Amino acid sequence: MAVQLDAPLAPQRRSFATAFLRGALVPLLAILTALLVGAIIIWFSAPADRGTRFEVVVAAYRGLFLGAFGGRQAIANTLVEATPYILAGLAVAVAFKCGLFNIGAEGQLFLGALAAATVGASQLGLPAIIHLPLALLAGALAGGIWAAIPGYLRARTGAHEVITTIMLNYIAFRLLDYLVTGPLKDPGASALRTPFVASAAQLPRFIGPLEDPGLTGGQTYRPLIVTADPEWNLRLHLGFAIAILAVWGIWWLLNRTTTGFEIRTVGANPEAARYAGMSITKNFVVAMALSGALAGLAGSGQVLGVEHNVKSLFSSGYGFDSIAIALLAKSNPIAIIPAAVFWGALNNGRGLMQAQTGISIELIRIVQALTIMFVAADQIVRWIYRIRRPIGDQVVFSRGWGK
Amino acid sequence: MQQQPTLEVREITKRFPGVLANDHISFTLMQGEIHAFLGENGAGKSTLMNILYGLYAPDEGEILINGQPVTIRNSADAIARGIGMVHQEFALVDTLTVAENIMLGTEITSGPLVDERRANERIAQLSQEYGLQVPPDALVQDLPVGVQQRVEILKALYRNAEMLILDEPTAVLTPQEAEDLFRVMRSLVERGKSIIFISHKLKEVLRIADRITVLRRGKVVGSANPRESTEQTLASMMVGRDVVLTVDKDAAQPGQAVLEVRDLVVLDDRHQVAVDGVSLDVRAGEVLGIAGVQGNGQTELVEAINGLRPVINGMVCIVGQNTSTAAPRAINELGVAYIPEDRKGTGLVLAYPIADNLVLSTYYRSPFAKGMRILANTIEEQARKLVKEFDIRTPSIWTSAGALSGGNQQKIIVAREFSRQIKLLVASQPTRGIDVGSIEFIHRSIIEQRDEGVAVLLVSAELDEVLALSDRIAVMYKGRILAVLPRAEASRDRLGLLMAGITEEPTHGRPA
Repeated sequence: MAVQLDAPLAPQRRSFATAFLRGALVPLLAILTALLVGAIIIWFSAPADRGTRFEVVVAAYRGLFLGAFGGRQAIANTLVEATPYILAGLAVAVAFKCGLFNIGAEGQLFLGALAAATVGASQLGLPAIIHLPLALLAGALAGGIWAAIPGYLRARTGAHEVITTIMLNYIAFRLLDYLVTGPLKDPGASALRTPFVASAAQLPRFIGPLEDPGLTGGQTYRPLIVTADPEWNLRLHLGFAIAILAVWGIWWLLNRTTTGFEIRTVGANPEAARYAGMSITKNFVVAMALSGALAGLAGSGQVLGVEHNVKSLFSSGYGFDSIAIALLAKSNPIAIIPAAVFWGALNNGRGLMQAQTGISIELIRIVQALTIMFVAADQIVRWIYRIRRPIGDQVVFSRGWGK
Repeated sequence: MQQQPTLEVREITKRFPGVLANDHISFTLMQGEIHAFLGENGAGKSTLMNILYGLYAPDEGEILINGQPVTIRNSADAIARGIGMVHQEFALVDTLTVAENIMLGTEITSGPLVDERRANERIAQLSQEYGLQVPPDALVQDLPVGVQQRVEILKALYRNAEMLILDEPTAVLTPQEAEDLFRVMRSLVERGKSIIFISHKLKEVLRIADRITVLRRGKVVGSANPRESTEQTLASMMVGRDVVLTVDKDAAQPGQAVLEVRDLVVLDDRHQVAVDGVSLDVRAGEVLGIAGVQGNGQTELVEAINGLRPVINGMVCIVGQNTSTAAPRAINELGVAYIPEDRKGTGLVLAYPIADNLVLSTYYRSPFAKGMRILANTIEEQARKLVKEFDIRTPSIWTSAGALSGGNQQKIIVAREFSRQIKLLVASQPTRGIDVGSIEFIHRSIIEQRDEGVAVLLVSAELDEVLALSDRIAVMYKGRILAVLPRAEASRDRLGLLMAGITEEPTHGRPA
């Protein structure tokens, strides 16, 4: 007997690989379209002394590409740039999965950075194997607690997390300013910054020379693989591996655990979740705490792996860009990695593009904005490339106000 | 002389990957007639109508309007050719007024401004002419479903539709609202409009249609004249075999009370008293049916029993335990199965695959989870088993629930709730809007549960369903139980009076 089909599509079981590939089409086309529009802008703004307009377009994108991926150093720097985007993008994606819009990743990231810097700079005399995880944990905890507050408020009082996370952002910014200029300021430094983190609490680079006092303020600096070859002096640090591990962990949590099943169900249909006996309050708090912990980890990674202290004007913007990353990845944890690397590559490559063609680096912000616009308004991309929307293809981001 | 059909469809074929949705379908629609299309969900009715409305392009075949071959590329084409469609799910903007919704996209303008006065005049004239009363200034979100549907019909008439396609129009209506709709349909055809009426409710089709075409598995399997047909003949034609319309069951063997409700008071979403001092018992091995017009507190009663709505006063006891303040999961774990009335909004996560929906309330415990780890293999096994056992028609257990027909969606819920050991079943509108085959199956399943000693509380707005399944019938009116009758004493007339709030003798000091 022939089976009656209600839908022409027969989706396969979700696996690690298909989860990665499914739904990548529209974001990829969105990127392509944004780059094409970017090319048109370059065409019209090309400086007259750099050859024909076409040559400028080609040179600009060539510069962008080489700046991001042209060689060992460039690739390493792109990945360093991508690391906080992976963690913070993951943070926003986890909240989206539960139907929550965490705009507060920036504030959570700040507080995570501050907590990691404080613990990291404490002279505890601990070995790195303990001190480093402790500093990371402090960062994750600070971000997690900061984000759990709006989660609880949303579940219990209905206060919308978009409002509360934005408000908590401002509190976090001012708190950081106060602490960095006051109680947590490095007394031995004239600049407004926290003390350098102890070498035992630093995220080591994968490979490079033994010491680089110029970068670390006189601290000993120990990469995992020591080499004197300047070609191999790469900034890529252990934080990248932690970010990749976090991606796998979140994918596993969301797809293979009861906690993840609950978070996704509450996000997809809170009514059904309640009917099935799940606690909305618990899941809102868990998802937000998890989201904040990841954002806090992103901030910790920057402090312990790159900056080694927190400055008064620690204005990263990672937290806000991470919303774009999560949208581009359609909240899929695995897709966060390429989305973040793409973002990092644009940021890292734009310098060479400007140097070689005189095209302003602001063009890259335009391309980034267009990418997000095309992903968010995917109907435009579907219309341009004549793609039909598959049945059941709905990504839940945030729900409306109230309710 | 042969009259020329308003619409003629010749040999329409539409294929989807792996399925032949429409297989050489031909029919005609005459001016001033109601032509009903009957068929189970998945029979190809919706595909056919979407082709007529320009949403799908047919692979083969042609469409003629007033004898002229036409190509309908999109809905704008369809509207321009006088075809209007009212979908099952309305395309209205909740936060706009009725008048604004009707003129949306085809505003009468004077300069850059919308000429509301002229638009309102036209709406008033149309609603006068066809007996479609709507409050033009009310917001759509404040209107009952039946009135929203009238707005949809007016929208089509406003766009000069000559042919109206009504897709399962009564699925969302109360019996009274359905009566109103039929009256409107009659007045439409009397004034020369033609209607394609899609339904799977045999009674309605027999009552309202001038001609009936039955579809099965993408093919026209027959046409019928309503005056020469019975429900039985139509049902057999539709399903392709003889259908049992009544439910065979033995007398109940009631045991101890499993559900005891005492003086229960529950509020609705607007904080008004919806359940006003209800007391009832449901015993093991019996079906207690609650009859009543929708909106008389049944929903709130059922939600309170299942822990989804706070108990303000009184008590709910399940298997001897006071569950008045228990969480939904605790109640579920006492052995309570619940088929909610809103299967898409509450009972299922439409974006989830069938397999996940089948463990929606059991995912956290053995054998589906070990610690916090979900055991995908046992979930998959369970899904394969239940899909087979409950005849859920789907291409795969990984198909999302939202892609299935209503009947198959309901079977997922039934399969999930019946797949564990239960003592009490609360079934709310278990067969609303689903096809005959699925109704038959679900009714049989409910009676099987009863025969195994499960206590069943059935809430249904379909009096036929309550009568077919119940051993005792309670009538709910304005939050109160007016009477509880043994099945043998519950005639349709007596229940009908009670449902309208008319008791033979005063109850609780209320006037009769």
